[in-house]
Amino acid sequence: MIENMGIDTASIWAVIIFFAVFMYVVLDGFDLGIGMLYPFVKGRRERDIMMNTVAPVWDGNETWLVLGGEGLLLAFPTAYSIILSGLYLPLIFMLIGLIFRGVAFEFRFKANDRERPIWDLAFIGGSVTAAFFQGVCLGTYLSGIQVSGRSYAGGPLDWLAPFPLAAGVGVMIAYALLGTTWLVMKTEGDLQQRMIKLAKPFAWLLLAAIAAVSIWTPLSQHQVAERWFSFPNLLFLAPVPLLVAGAVVLLLWSLKRDPFRLPFIAALALVLLGFTGMAISIWPHIVPPAITIWEAASPPATQGFALVGTLFVLPFILMYTVWSYYVFRGKITSEAGYH
Amino acid sequence: MFGLAALDLARIQFAFTMSFHILFPAITIGLASYLAVLEICWLKTKRQVFVDLYHFWLRIFAVNFGMGVVSGIVMAYQFGTNWSQFSEFAGNITGPLLAYEVLTAFFLEAGFLGVMLFGWTKVGPGLHLFATCMVALGTLISATWILGSNSWMQTPQGYEIINGRMVPADWFKIIFNPSFPYRLVHMSIAAFLSTALFVGASAAWHLLRGRDTPQVRTMLSMAMWMLLVVAPIQALVGDMHGINTLKHQPAKIAALEGHWQNEGDDPLPLLLVGFPSMKDEETKFAVGIPRVGSWILTHTWGGQIKGLKEFPKGDRPNSLIVFWSFRVMVGLGLLMIALGLWSAWLRWKGRLYVARPFLRLAMCMGPAGLVAVLAGWITTEVGRQPWVVYGVLRTADAVSPHGAGSVGLTLALFVVAYLFVFGVGIAYVLRLVRKGPQAFDLTRAAQGGPGQGRTPARPLSVPEADASVTEDKQ
Repeated sequence: MIENMGIDTASIWAVIIFFAVFMYVVLDGFDLGIGMLYPFVKGRRERDIMMNTVAPVWDGNETWLVLGGEGLLLAFPTAYSIILSGLYLPLIFMLIGLIFRGVAFEFRFKANDRERPIWDLAFIGGSVTAAFFQGVCLGTYLSGIQVSGRSYAGGPLDWLAPFPLAAGVGVMIAYALLGTTWLVMKTEGDLQQRMIKLAKPFAWLLLAAIAAVSIWTPLSQHQVAERWFSFPNLLFLAPVPLLVAGAVVLLLWSLKRDPFRLPFIAALALVLLGFTGMAISIWPHIVPPAITIWEAASPPATQGFALVGTLFVLPFILMYTVWSYYVFRGKITSEAGYH
Repeated sequence: MFGLAALDLARIQFAFTMSFHILFPAITIGLASYLAVLEICWLKTKRQVFVDLYHFWLRIFAVNFGMGVVSGIVMAYQFGTNWSQFSEFAGNITGPLLAYEVLTAFFLEAGFLGVMLFGWTKVGPGLHLFATCMVALGTLISATWILGSNSWMQTPQGYEIINGRMVPADWFKIIFNPSFPYRLVHMSIAAFLSTALFVGASAAWHLLRGRDTPQVRTMLSMAMWMLLVVAPIQALVGDMHGINTLKHQPAKIAALEGHWQNEGDDPLPLLLVGFPSMKDEETKFAVGIPRVGSWILTHTWGGQIKGLKEFPKGDRPNSLIVFWSFRVMVGLGLLMIALGLWSAWLRWKGRLYVARPFLRLAMCMGPAGLVAVLAGWITTEVGRQPWVVYGVLRTADAVSPHGAGSVGLTLALFVVAYLFVFGVGIAYVLRLVRKGPQAFDLTRAAQGGPGQGRTPARPLSVPEADASVTEDKQ
């Protein structure tokens, strides 16, 4: 029906999937971050506010994860089957974390005083579990997945290694930073002040994590070192670390002067840069280090058929997503509980 | 684990997570449309009863929707985690269908859900209705794509096999595969019926306890109209679906009828009870009505269908399971028709809201729709075994290469998590039902609006259960 017409649909799909996963990371990142910040805030009323800042949008945020998964299935079925069976246990742990975290949004407000602590705990535990294991998946993925033919060839516990576990902690930090800066933007008064104080250490920790990954991956993987440090790549890619430094400076500077949106924007930039850096490291592999996007690509009849609709629908999705955020714009105060 | 192989455990895991999941979308599909109808009625008539009911069911919808979302994400990933060989083999075809479901349905639902749940005072009434309608539309679009994908797996066409993988040849044939229209209509109606029975049972419960309010009456009345009209339609659609299945998956029909072989030219009886034995290749203790089986399956008094013995042993679905799951579904369907007719009779006599035996039956039938949905899916899914893509890929060849230890561990985790989370969730739904519809305070709601302090906790909280309301007043 739709033929290739000389367009490299595999690359376009790789970009779409990258975009979906990035959207997921930043959007669900701040609401998972809020779950992880619950232990720092004890008051019932303040916890209500924190949850209410994301209650109208969390479901849409999570949908990007599903799009990333289904996009991978349609465009690179081989990669989907290898990666998902390779990351079997950490993915399932993540999903179970997301279940507890997701239902807490509704259950917490339907529970009575005796039951509420259970759902607070589910929200915290679910958010921590989901964030940590997303990082573990990312770390396992970046450090390479063992493949033979078209199947996963590693063991069930390959993820139980220093780098993936460290990546798990790294993602937790990133989400916590997104969560604090989101709350700086969406709350006021005492709660906001506390978030401003928390944001600073998280910013430094994230910088440390990004630095660690930037040193660790080229040292352990020849391909990555070559990508970044050979000439002329070095020249083109030099802005990435410089921009990271710039984003951190902007973040720390903005926290000092009656902050509103700027810290969140800086945190977004930081995550985007870290994320782009990883994509640069593995490109053009979809299952690093063995399989490229072209080797794993589904046929043009599949990629083309899905691409036409995706390019048509995606702008509408972005439009009404923005509209939904716009409807619920502004600071959330204790009287403004949606629930 | 318990001597089960990884394949068995993966199948149990799929059956378990899927069975839980389908309950939520079934109610979501029905309630979303019901809420759209209630909001339209409210805007047209401005009768308080509709706005009260809207907000009552909206709360229940929210809890149910949340459970559907989180249990649904598990399904989206399970194709890769547990059935990677299926994804590798057929992902070229099922991938785009599932991706289109995400793009055209999940985002639509999620994008407008926030406004639907929390935007009553933040957008105008027209825009709010639009949001409700978009959510309702999203649920139906979602059903369309996922049933398209499932139906294609049941009756695949429009594909080629190149290098050991399925490749799409004709997307129109793939989407509009032979069983798709029947399955889509059958499941959509099932969702509406399940919801009508649930709404009706809630109303009956309140009436039996003497809470005879206009809201409760309206609930019962709307539910029973729905049942009266739609339950018989479902029987017709089910019959057409069955005829279609006989054409494309004859082994499934033979198994669910417990029919092993034809005796000469004898017409088939309709077996009411029996015990199909896969080992002995016969249906023991069978009690049936002569000739009716022929009439139902072939619409003639003497027609015959293929018996299960005509299929190789390795290609036969388990007759014992589908024989009974099918009978449970049909039996409940007939009860639904009877309940609808009874309601019409009582309505005519003016005793709909007071006839206690009827109300008791309506209350007991609350979960009947969902049970029938599960029984129906068990019938169609067990009935297509041993194939995952019918006639092309066997279930045993579709599974991921995991050890039994890994799959056993995740299965155990899912069982514990689901029973706890969804057990409590269903209890919360029932708690909300028990509260009953409350008068929705329009004057209070009107104080909100863009740029102002929003309405306090009221609209979306259960007054007694939510301590924040009382806290706010202190």
